[in-house]
Amino acid sequence: MLEQTGLELVNWARAQFALTAMFHWIFVPLTLGLSFLCAFFESIYVKTGKEEWRRLTRFWMRLFGINFAIGVATGIILEFEFGTNWSNYSWMVGDIFGAPLAIEGLVAFFLEATFFAVMFFGWDRVSKGFHLFSTWMVAIGSNLSALWILVANGWMQFPTGMAFNPDKARFEMQNFWDVLFSPVAVSKFTHTTSSGFLLGSLFVISVSSWYLLKGRHKDMAKKSIVVASVFGLLSALFVGFTGDEAAYTDAQKQPMKLAAFEGLWKGQENAGLVALGVLNPDKRPGDDKDPFIFEIRVPGLLSLLANRSPGSFVPGIDDLVYGNSAQGVMGADEKIKRGKVAIQQLAAYKKAQQLGDQVAAETALQKFNDYKAYLGFGYLDSPEQAVPPVGITFYSFHAMVALGTLFILIFFIFLVLTMKDRIEGQRALLLLGVLSLFLGFIASEAGWVVAEVGRQPWAIQDLLPVTVARTDINVGSVKTTFFMFLVTFTVLFIAEVGIMLKQIQIGPEGK
Amino acid sequence: MIGNLDLSTLQYIWWILASIVGSLFLFMTFVQGGQTLLWQVAKTDDEKGLVINSLGRKWELTFTTLVLFGGALFAAFPKFYATSFGGAYWVWILILFTFVVQAVSYEFRKKPNNLLGTGTYELFLFINGTIGILLIGAAVGTFFTGSNFVLNEYNWVRWTNPLRGLEAAFSLFNLSLGIFLVFNARVLGALYLVNNIDFSGCKGLEPRLRKAVLVNFLCSLPFLLYFLVKLLIMDGFTIDPQTGVVSVVAGKYLANLLAMPWVLGLLLAGVLLVIWGVVATGLKEGTSGIWPAGLGTVFVGLSVFFTAAFNNTPFYPSKADLQSSLSIFNASSSHYTLTAMTYVALLIPVVLGYIAYVWHAMDSKKLGKEELLSDEAEYY
Ligand code: HEM
Repeated sequence: MLEQTGLELVNWARAQFALTAMFHWIFVPLTLGLSFLCAFFESIYVKTGKEEWRRLTRFWMRLFGINFAIGVATGIILEFEFGTNWSNYSWMVGDIFGAPLAIEGLVAFFLEATFFAVMFFGWDRVSKGFHLFSTWMVAIGSNLSALWILVANGWMQFPTGMAFNPDKARFEMQNFWDVLFSPVAVSKFTHTTSSGFLLGSLFVISVSSWYLLKGRHKDMAKKSIVVASVFGLLSALFVGFTGDEAAYTDAQKQPMKLAAFEGLWKGQENAGLVALGVLNPDKRPGDDKDPFIFEIRVPGLLSLLANRSPGSFVPGIDDLVYGNSAQGVMGADEKIKRGKVAIQQLAAYKKAQQLGDQVAAETALQKFNDYKAYLGFGYLDSPEQAVPPVGITFYSFHAMVALGTLFILIFFIFLVLTMKDRIEGQRALLLLGVLSLFLGFIASEAGWVVAEVGRQPWAIQDLLPVTVARTDINVGSVKTTFFMFLVTFTVLFIAEVGIMLKQIQIGPEGK
Repeated sequence: MIGNLDLSTLQYIWWILASIVGSLFLFMTFVQGGQTLLWQVAKTDDEKGLVINSLGRKWELTFTTLVLFGGALFAAFPKFYATSFGGAYWVWILILFTFVVQAVSYEFRKKPNNLLGTGTYELFLFINGTIGILLIGAAVGTFFTGSNFVLNEYNWVRWTNPLRGLEAAFSLFNLSLGIFLVFNARVLGALYLVNNIDFSGCKGLEPRLRKAVLVNFLCSLPFLLYFLVKLLIMDGFTIDPQTGVVSVVAGKYLANLLAMPWVLGLLLAGVLLVIWGVVATGLKEGTSGIWPAGLGTVFVGLSVFFTAAFNNTPFYPSKADLQSSLSIFNASSSHYTLTAMTYVALLIPVVLGYIAYVWHAMDSKKLGKEELLSDEAEYY
C-alpha cells in the first residue's frame, strides 16, 4: 500500500506545521486571555460609570486588536495546511476531523468577527449595554473557537467515536458526542484555555509593571494589576489542576508520551517523579545505560499521579517498545507484526473485491478486523520508531511545570502588594513582572511541544503515522513554502512587536 | 426529521449549503474590490481613511466566510478538500498568502512604527483584491475545465501536472472567470462605499466612486460574456447514472442549464440584479445599489456552483483520469457525519440573523469624516 519514502518530505512538512502553529500560538493565548480581561475591565466601567475605567478598557483593547490581527493572519494557513501538506490525512480522517473545523468557523469565528467590529468601532454607535455585550461575545467567540480546534486535536491524540470503512479506506464518525466529550478533548480544552487566561494576565502585569517602573500611568497600572492578578491566580491554579488531569489522560491513552516527558525508560511499580534532571543523551531504547546524569526524584509520586493509585505500575519506554508480559504490556514490536497483517489483509480485500471474489473478500475482511487496531503500527519498520524524541519532550514538560508553579507565586505576590498599595517601590519584583510575560510564552509553547512532539510518530495515535499522512508532493514545494512562511511571519512579527511597543509607549492617553 | 434523510439528499443539501457560503463569499468580496479601488478613487488622506475604515469594518466577515467555505468543504466533501488542497497546492498557497497579508494590513497600515510603511500595507490590500480574487476564480473555473490528478485505490491523490494547480491560470476560460470576479468585486466595492460613506466632508469621492461602478461593470462584461458563451458551447464531464462511469460529452453545461431551468433562471436573474444595482448607482443617484447587485452576485454564484455539480455532473473532474473525477456522491462524508453537520447547519439562520442585526446597528449612521477626526473613535 505504501512505500516508506519521503522522509525528508515528511520532515519539512512537520517543520512547516511546527513553524506555523508556534507562530500562531504566540498570539492566540493572548487573544483568549485579553478578550476576557477587556470584558472584565469594561464591565467594571459600565458598573461604576467611571471615566478612568473606560480609558483603561480602551487602552487594553487597542493592544488586543493589534495582537488579534496577526493571530488571524497566522491562523488561516493552519486551517488549510491539513489539506496542502497532509492530504492523505485529510482524506482518511476528514469524515471526523472536518466537522469540528467547520463548526468552529460557523459558531465561533463569526461571533468573533461580527462583534469585534462593534467592540472597536461601536463606542459611539451602539448603546453602552450592547457594546459590553459585544465585548463579551468576542471573548466567548474566541474561546469557543479554541474548544472546537482542541476537540479536533484531542481526537488526534485519542481517536474515538469512529470506525474504519475498508471500502473507502477511511475512518468514519460513529458518535459525535464521543468525539466532543472525549476525556482528552476535555482536558485539552480546559488546560489550554486556562493557560491562555494565564498568559493574558501576564501580559497585563508585564505592561503595567513597566509603567510602574517608569512612574507613568500609575493609577491605571495598579488597577489593571489587581484585576489581572486575581484572574491570573485563579487561572494558574486551574492550569495546574487541569495539567494534572492532562497527565493522567496521557498515562491512560498515550503512555508513550508520558514515559517520554517523564524520562521513564524502565517501567516501575511505585515509580518516582523526576522533579529536576539532566538526561543522558546517549541513552537508547533497550540499552542498560543510566537514563539520567543527574536527577532529583520524589518517590512514588508518578505512580500516584499517572494512575491515581499509589504503588501502581507505570510502563516505561522500553516496556512499550519491547513489551512486558509480566505486566501485560504489549510492545511495539508485536504491534508492528499485527499491523502488517492488517495492511496485507486490507490489500487482499481490495484485490478480491476488484476480482469480484466475494468469499475471499469476506475472509480478508474478517482477518483485517481482528488486527485493525494495530493498523498504524504496520507502517513502522522497527519498534524503536514508536519512540518520540525524548529530550525535547522531557525538558519542555519540566520547564512548563516549573514555570507554572512560579506564576502562581508571581500572581499571588502582585495581588497582595498591590492591594496593600506597596507595589510601586518594588523594582526587582516589577522587573520580574515585565519578564514574566516571556516566561509565560516559553511555558505555553513548551506545552504544545510536549503535546505534539510527544505524539510522534503519529498523526493519529496508533492509527496513522505522519509518514503516511503526508501529501504526495515534491520536497522543493514544501521547502519553498516553509521559507515563505518563515520570512513573512517573521517580518509581520517584527512589525507587530514594533507597533505594540510604540502603542505601549504612547500609553492610554494618546492614539 | 434530519435523521431520516437518505445519503443522496444530504449530499445535495450539503452542496447547496457549500454553494451558499461560496456565493456569499463572492458578494463579500466587495471588501477586496474596495481595496483595489483605494488608490484610484481616494485622492487625499482623509478620503483614503474613509475608504479603509468603511471596508475595515467588514473585512473580517469576508475572511471568515472564506474560512467557513473551506471548513464546510472539508467536513462535507473531504475527498475534495484532500484532493484539491493537496493537489492544486500552489494555487491555494498563493491565494491563502494574499489573505495572510491582508489580515494585518488594516490594523497595521497607519500605526506608527509599523516597519514596512503605509504604502506596503496598501499594496498588500491591492494584491489580495487582484491576485487573490483572480486565482480564486481560476480555481473555480477548474470545476468545468478539469484538473490533472489520479486517485489510487486508497483515494490518495497524485497530481500529474508539475505546476501543481497554477496551470489553472493558463486557461482562457478560467482566467476570464477570475478577471470577471476581480471587476465584479470592484463594482461591488464601489457600490458598498457609496452606500456606507457620508460624503459631506469630501465631495470629490462620491462622483469618483459612482464612475468606478460604471467603468468596472463595463470592463467586467467581456469577461463574463466569454465565460458564459464558452460554458455553453464547451465539452463537459458527465456521469452515467447507471454505471457511475465518467465521460466527456459535447454541450454538457448547456444541457445542464436546459435540464434545470431554475438554475438558468437564477443566472439570468442574477445578471439582471447586478445591472439594476449598477444603473441605480452608476447612472442615477441611488445609494442602495449594493443590495440588488450583491444579491445578484449570490445568484450568479449559485447558478455556477449548481451547474458544476448537479444533473449527474462531476464537480471536480480529472482530465488525467476521468474515473478519478469527484462528484457530490463519491466525495462526500458519511451519512452519519452529514446528518450531524446538518443539525449544526440549523444555526446558519441564527448566525445570519445576528450578522444582519449588528450590520444594521453599526451602519445605520454613515461613516463620516468627523468621526475619524474625533478623539473618541477608534479607527484604522
Ligand atoms: C503547573 C503544572 C502543569 C502541568 C502538570 C501541565 C501538564 C501538561 C500536560 C501533561 C500536557 C500535555 C497534554 C497532552 O498530552 O497533549 C500539557 C500541555 C500544555 N500545557 Fe501544560 N501543564 C502545566 C502548566 C502549564 C502552564 C503554566 C502553561 C502555560 C502558560 C501550560 C500550557 C500548556 C499548553 C499550551 C499545552 C498544549 C495543549 C494541551 O495539550 O493542552 N501548561 N500540559
